[in-house]
Amino acid sequence: MEISISVNGTQTGGDVAPRTLLVHYLRDNLGLTGTHVGCDTGYCGACTVIVDGRTVKSCTMLAVQADGRSIETIEGVAVGDELHPVQEGFWECHGLQCGFCTPGMIMSSIALLDNNNDPSEAEVRHGIEGNLCRCTGYHNIVRSVQYAGAKMRGEDPQGASQGVSS
Amino acid sequence: MYPANFEYVVPSSLHEALTVLSESENAKVLSGGMSLIPLMKMRLVRPTTVVDISRLPGLDTITDEGDHIAIGALVKHAETGSNALIREYATALAQAAGVTADIQVRNQGTTCGSIAHADLAADQPAAVLALGAVMVADSVRGQRQIPAADFFVDTLTSALADDEILVGIDIPKGGRSAYAKLGRRGGDSDYPIAGAAVWIQGTDGSVADARIAVTGVSSKPYLASAAAEAVIGGNGSSDAIATAASHATDDVVVLEDLYGSVEYREHLAGVYVKRALEDVLA
Ligand SMILES: Cc1cc2nc3c(=O)[nH]c(=O)nc-3n(C[C@H](O)[C@H](O)[C@H](O)COP(=O)(O)OP(=O)(O)OC[C@H]3O[C@@H](n4cnc5c(N)ncnc54)[C@H](O)[C@@H]3O)c2cc1C
Ligand code: FES
Ligand code: FES
Repeated sequence: MEISISVNGTQTGGDVAPRTLLVHYLRDNLGLTGTHVGCDTGYCGACTVIVDGRTVKSCTMLAVQADGRSIETIEGVAVGDELHPVQEGFWECHGLQCGFCTPGMIMSSIALLDNNNDPSEAEVRHGIEGNLCRCTGYHNIVRSVQYAGAKMRGEDPQGASQGVSS
Repeated sequence: MYPANFEYVVPSSLHEALTVLSESENAKVLSGGMSLIPLMKMRLVRPTTVVDISRLPGLDTITDEGDHIAIGALVKHAETGSNALIREYATALAQAAGVTADIQVRNQGTTCGSIAHADLAADQPAAVLALGAVMVADSVRGQRQIPAADFFVDTLTSALADDEILVGIDIPKGGRSAYAKLGRRGGDSDYPIAGAAVWIQGTDGSVADARIAVTGVSSKPYLASAAAEAVIGGNGSSDAIATAASHATDDVVVLEDLYGSVEYREHLAGVYVKRALEDVLA
């Protein structure tokens, strides 16, 4: 089936088999390998992308379902060499270890902060409930998201990310 | 994991969708895909035709119809969980939708899809049972209404025929309701090991009528009528609540799996009936 999908602002498309999963369309057809396949069952969130403003798990969506929609992936969040505040937060606060969950974590965190740029620790943990991390124990991920929130609010990000209790 | 090949149909009207379903041997409705796509990837389901209803116009609304609230087929869990009408008139369903799966799944999965899928441990079926909702099913043969109490037949089996689409759910107004669960991972996210929805009607603490539904413990979500009888006609005393909780699994076969033994599930069913009752009577 012929599809047309906007990915990070660029119109993409082509003929895909209906059974092609969105994550494979992104990785194999477009070469955007930042979106990871972790569990392939809908549970881990490593494949999270933003479709028309809402996070979805791209391993559990067909590319044909995304026809005509607008998608953001991890490749689209930085502006040139300038990291997105959430990327900077993960960098500054050591929000990753192996990094496998990180692209999905960042997409969920961006969606969270778009709705609420001053989330409490509980709100951050709730906002990333659909993303599993085997390495960090989530503590530094929470700090990273709060760092990004402060930066987006125009406050001192170093101060904001210290507040999370250990 | 890839699904087996299938023909993908995007109908432009409900009539077209129903016609395709009536003419196909092995067709499946695709809505949010949060249950169907995993099943197709594991090749547990191999439809030859997939009818994607998610772009059908006019089915994504929640409306106040006077004596009931109408939820369209395409309303997603996230919307059901946050919508003001559902929160006011169908609190248990709003609560159940709000704790169904995780944010990404709630952004994509639909309330009607969860009901039609009829998983033995799904959250929202318990709420529609307790609320006395009516399922509206449509096919080329015509529309019919199915009371929630008759809708859940067995594990992954509803009263819908293969050529029918669940086009909406009507929830009668009146009374108060609540839902409580223990998810498999401890918190709310993920399917319940046990969950309970309760609905009561009455004034000043007296309980004139009640329905209590339990999910996650048996082969399907069910109405625990002995539990409801324990609170009907009373004043919601802690004794009555304790008695209701002790009848949470009467007349059903409690199943066990890696998340919990029969004894543990019987215990949890009572605990969550109690918590939901305390919430609604508070
Ligand atoms: C990671 C993960 C966690 C989950 N956790 C939970 C949880 O905690 N609690 C819970 O209750 N559920 C959970 N689910 C299931 C989720 O709620 C699904 O969204 C829901 O079961 C199906 O809704 P859907 O719209 O995605 O339907 P689909 O997956 O598109 O369809 C499911 C089935 O219902 C049929 N169907 C769908 N819509 C209709 C309709 N309108 N008329 C007729 N038939 C229809 C389809 O043919 C198919 O057989 C989880 C799913 C995932 C992937
Ligand atoms: S790879 Fe999609 S949820 Fe794990
Ligand atoms: S950093 Fe390794 S899984 Fe999260």
